[in-house]
Amino acid sequence: MRLPATSGEWIDRSAPIEFKFEGRSYTGYTGDTVSSALWGADVRVLGRSFKYHRPRGVLSLANHDTNALHQWGDQLNLRADVVPLQAGMDLTAVNTFGGLDGDKGRVLGRFARFLPVGFYYKAFHTKGLFPMWERMFRAMTGLGKVDLDSPRRSTPKAYDFCDVLVIGAGPSGLSAALSAAAQGASVVVVDENARAGGSAGYQIGNDPARAEIHARLLAQVSANPLIRVLTSTYAAGYYKDHWLPLVSAERMLKMRAGSVVVASGGFEQPAVFRYNDLPGVMLASAAQRLMHRYGVKPMQRAVVLTANADGYRAALDLLARGVAVAAVVDLRARAGTAATLVQQLRDAKVEVLMSSCIVEAVPGTGGASVAAARVGAVQADGSPAADLRDIACDGILMSVGWAPAANLLYQAGTKMRFERAVEQFVPDVLPDGVFACGRVNGVHELSRRMADGTRAGSHAAAAAGFGEAVGSALAPEVESPSHPWPIVAHPEGKNFVDFDEDLQLKDFHNAVQEGFDNIELLKRYSTVGMGPSQGKHSNMNGLRILARLSGKEPQQVGTTTARPFYHPVPMAVLAGRGFNPERRTPLHSRHEALGAKWMPAGVWQRPEFYQLAGKVRLDCIREEVAAVRGGVGLIDVGTLGKLEVIGPQAAEFLERVYTSNYANLKVGMTRYAVMCDEAGVVIDDGVVARLAEDHFYFTTTTSGAATIYRELSRLNTMWGLDCGIVNHTGAFAAMNLAGPRSREVLATLTATDLSAAAFPYLAVRECTVADIPARLMRVGFVGEWGYEIHVPARFGGALWDALMAAGAAHGIRPFGVEAQRLLRLEKGHIIIGQDTDGLTSPLEVGMGWAVKMNKPFFVGQRSLKAIASKKLKQQLAGFTLPPGYSGDVPLECNLVIADGDIAGRVTSIAWSATLGRHIGLAFLRPDLATVGNKVSIRLTDGAMVEVEVSPTPFHDPENLKQKEAV
Amino acid sequence: MPWRLLRFALNRKHPEPRMFTHHDKLKSSYDVVIIGAGGHGLAAAYYLAAEHGVKNVCVLEKGYIGGGNTGRNTTIIRSNYLTPEGVKFYDESVNLWQDLSRDFDLNLFYANRGHFTLAHTDAAVRTMRWRAEVNKHYGVDSEVVGPEAVKEAAPMIDLSCAGHAPILGALYHAPGSVARHDAVAWGYGRGADQRGVEIHQQTEVLGIDVQGGKVKGVNTSRGYISTNKVLCAVAGSTPRILKMVDVRTPIYIHPLQAMVSEPVKPWLDPILVSGSLHVYISQSARGELVMGASLDPYELHATRSTLDFVEGLTSHMLDMFPFLSNVKVMRQWAGMADMTPDFAPIMGKTPVEGFYLDSGWGTWGFKATPVCGKTMAHTLVNDTPHPLITGFSLDRFSHYALTGEKGAASVGH
Repeated sequence: MRLPATSGEWIDRSAPIEFKFEGRSYTGYTGDTVSSALWGADVRVLGRSFKYHRPRGVLSLANHDTNALHQWGDQLNLRADVVPLQAGMDLTAVNTFGGLDGDKGRVLGRFARFLPVGFYYKAFHTKGLFPMWERMFRAMTGLGKVDLDSPRRSTPKAYDFCDVLVIGAGPSGLSAALSAAAQGASVVVVDENARAGGSAGYQIGNDPARAEIHARLLAQVSANPLIRVLTSTYAAGYYKDHWLPLVSAERMLKMRAGSVVVASGGFEQPAVFRYNDLPGVMLASAAQRLMHRYGVKPMQRAVVLTANADGYRAALDLLARGVAVAAVVDLRARAGTAATLVQQLRDAKVEVLMSSCIVEAVPGTGGASVAAARVGAVQADGSPAADLRDIACDGILMSVGWAPAANLLYQAGTKMRFERAVEQFVPDVLPDGVFACGRVNGVHELSRRMADGTRAGSHAAAAAGFGEAVGSALAPEVESPSHPWPIVAHPEGKNFVDFDEDLQLKDFHNAVQEGFDNIELLKRYSTVGMGPSQGKHSNMNGLRILARLSGKEPQQVGTTTARPFYHPVPMAVLAGRGFNPERRTPLHSRHEALGAKWMPAGVWQRPEFYQLAGKVRLDCIREEVAAVRGGVGLIDVGTLGKLEVIGPQAAEFLERVYTSNYANLKVGMTRYAVMCDEAGVVIDDGVVARLAEDHFYFTTTTSGAATIYRELSRLNTMWGLDCGIVNHTGAFAAMNLAGPRSREVLATLTATDLSAAAFPYLAVRECTVADIPARLMRVGFVGEWGYEIHVPARFGGALWDALMAAGAAHGIRPFGVEAQRLLRLEKGHIIIGQDTDGLTSPLEVGMGWAVKMNKPFFVGQRSLKAIASKKLKQQLAGFTLPPGYSGDVPLECNLVIADGDIAGRVTSIAWSATLGRHIGLAFLRPDLATVGNKVSIRLTDGAMVEVEVSPTPFHDPENLKQKEAV
Repeated sequence: MPWRLLRFALNRKHPEPRMFTHHDKLKSSYDVVIIGAGGHGLAAAYYLAAEHGVKNVCVLEKGYIGGGNTGRNTTIIRSNYLTPEGVKFYDESVNLWQDLSRDFDLNLFYANRGHFTLAHTDAAVRTMRWRAEVNKHYGVDSEVVGPEAVKEAAPMIDLSCAGHAPILGALYHAPGSVARHDAVAWGYGRGADQRGVEIHQQTEVLGIDVQGGKVKGVNTSRGYISTNKVLCAVAGSTPRILKMVDVRTPIYIHPLQAMVSEPVKPWLDPILVSGSLHVYISQSARGELVMGASLDPYELHATRSTLDFVEGLTSHMLDMFPFLSNVKVMRQWAGMADMTPDFAPIMGKTPVEGFYLDSGWGTWGFKATPVCGKTMAHTLVNDTPHPLITGFSLDRFSHYALTGEKGAASVGH
């Protein structure tokens, strides 16, 4: 039920919201979370537990547990404690079988004795039956359901900078922000809650002075122009150099901070006693949030279990809001700093029991509520005395201590140590530029948290270059806010340590008994901390239990590794818009207009072929080939990597990275270039053109462009040669004009002398073509007279149009990648990556001529020397099928079989109209690679095809096409 | 419910003994010292004791059992490799995997799901065909299938991958499986322990005593032990150990990252890998989506996570499975992959007599756990490499006889 309205509450009672849960309709208010609205509507069972399907209610109301995981349409695993209530929500609890109330999974609770920790490792592995069991496990264990029809959600991403990033807008964080801003730093404060203020807003203890502090902090922060506060946003992870994703429902903001203050507070920790998971048993802070933020009455009559002053304040808050407090049960012998609070409670006729504990929450009828707290005295050894009494209540508050919310500190590389004074881990050595304050720093008392924040803010600002660091670390707390052993054993168990995973105290005993007595092993075997809340409410007690069982100090036990994320992040938010850029050459629209069929080539789109009306793919390609062989064709080769190296040692650089000689290359000439890696494996090829003594222009393969440029830049940096590399890949358009008529076509567009004498094969000229400044290279990749023409990208379209117009009279045809593949195959030219693999040396593909072993050095030379001294394992050879062959044709990568063993594989194969038969390249065992030899290829279906080893090039073996006479 | 669970209910006290005996002290000498209590080291210890009767063995671990790459990988088991050496080796591993749960009497959740390596380019289809043909030749069940077969096994997939990387086909490998990785280390550890092997956790190796080119002992954080045989099975820490014996290898360390989602109800049975999109994914028995991508592109001896990794991987995940938009990523982590130039491991003898290597496991070590243990145990006992690992010797690099598995790597490197 709801309490009377108060001024600071977060709900808007004038804006009710209708929603459904498990098929029933409810009303909440704008500003509610799903859990607060349900609790306010007196719904007590909000979900079912993971393993035993026990009824669960509000535990932390703070995203530190996952008792209440809901599904709404395609939104799954919604954390009801923190998800804002929205109109029209139609929610169900996840992982129930037949609904929340009638959940058939409840039966598992009765079999709990059969299912101890790790039970699934001990059975179900009979080979034939395991698949059945696995299916059952999978159906039982998943939480929410994925809606397979749900569309992709696109979210924006933003980037931001600040001098100081403060994580947590509680009293310490806001104090840090104020002091950092006072020194002139721009500050961003991020907090996962809908409003700033943190625990100052609800740990009031019915004390007006504390409420006033809260109001004053908020007013000062909102008045400060240097401070921005991002609420409903959490820092999901800490990455190197103060790079943090700040995640909200709408987007991810990637923040680069000058320095970081972690003021993330603490996770209030549950006590462990029998049935501590019943709806109605909750953390004190959860009850306070329900009352102060949402005006929800957490219970009618409470028993408060405490071990610190916070619990007494919670009791006072309960009283102030009209909740009866049956008793306060303090685990400690003395109330310490809470003495005056104790007196206030006793004045209000509340029974305060010292040195006492709750042994069990006595379930109400139906087992889904609390009827009483079973209380007893704590004996010297920490166990309860035999004499117990039941105190009637419908709710139990737990205020026995805190664990630092130190996930981000761990991720940042902070060394933590266990501090007995506060019974928690605190930062010991912080990384540069990272600061901590407040509860996460082991500082708990309110005024001290603010002082600690002021200190941390000042230091953080100074680290970011603003002002002087003022203040030093505070003295330890005078009393620990956390009890060292808030755990009560019970012979009947059901005393939960990990609520996500349904782990009871005895599960820890059993796991340790089995040898999992290291914190990391214990986690992996028992699954403590592996659930969706990643141990926020369970790791500390798990650690205490292990420490006690293994006779170690918590410091020796240590913690498991904290990794991103602080809270889970939806994939859509991480992925953003899904940016998959595609590169297009300047000629893209020309190809489109010509009917190009596209194929991906690395990040590029290239025309595979040009679709002719009424013709099939193969015929289109054959016509393109015929045009090049018989007349003239034009292909866009603008996707090639295009690099320049300039400087006195440019030639030296190329000598080192390519296998051939370039120092002796004449200005105005080009040379084929092969690049190897250190193992002597061919990784790229291209053409090097010498434009001047100290100036080379060269190409790489399309797919290799980016990596080759990166690798060359790395080598150049390492070697420190006097030359520079420029990547012109996107800056130049390039096309290859090829075919017996290519010279005639080009001659109409340039004044350059194209005669063989003036412009021989493999020459390069800087000239104008169609009045466009161009680099013109005579190349022969496709086996015809041809020119590669490189022009600034902005002139690409104009050049293409000019060439197509000039070629029209000669029947010019644009040709695509497929035609080029066949044309080069006819000429016996290899394609790196298709006719080579991750181990191919140049020697195996007949490129020994391009490898100059007598150079002083090139990358891969040492390896190639070793390789050259041995017999080749395989070599690339040409082969042909008989002209009339009509059977199934081998596919690329079908294997060559000799004597029943693998003796090679097909790397390229195609029908050659020029030659009237299928031609191909294959790796062969060297003894099989003799021209005229017959070898067998095994088809995919196992049938064998015999082919004949043939000399390459298949087309124009004498290279007559490059000679003027032809 | 299996009857075996009855004993838990019938016993007042938990009826399970320790899996790993605690030893207060190291002995002064052992027949074999194994460095690294990951799956590989423990498997070698297990087979030494179980198959060769060598029981005076100790396994040294600076952290805890299975805490390195054994507990960090994405648990995929397959044998669809590219080289004859690789195919035969991993095929034997898959054979061993089949019966491990029975051998250990421990449920490893070895789940045969089928494995698709998706091809988005013609070049990838060619490589898949090469692998399929080599696999078939050696009797390994692999075939190239079309997009329709992918769709049948995973009907929810967007075959166009958001339009920018259409799936043209796949290499389908029916034996592809996943297993509970931690349990594999525990199973081998328990089995070795039961046979007399000593496992010493939180015991760091500080130096290796080599005299006259022969191993004489090991210096540890808990004292010196003498031994004539040392097996180094430490994955990402290999370079550090090799410095102690002055052995050079071409191993270089790259981080490999992975991430896991919150548990969701089962929707994906097969294991899917896309080289072009740098994605691999399977759904665990707990319902979590276990996802990985390619190696980080630089050398680094660290297990830090990066944001760009999860940004890139989730983006590609949504290309394939747009409906996962609201599924949350719970946790990311990294391991240190000990890469070799040819993507094949380095196993066997070294120039130092008595010092044996099981390394170079890069991104492919988990699936090889059983066969590595078996072959290394054989190699240690006989001081000669097991026939299945002769192609993986360290000296292949000086002979330039590489074993090219680059094409079989799941994703780009």
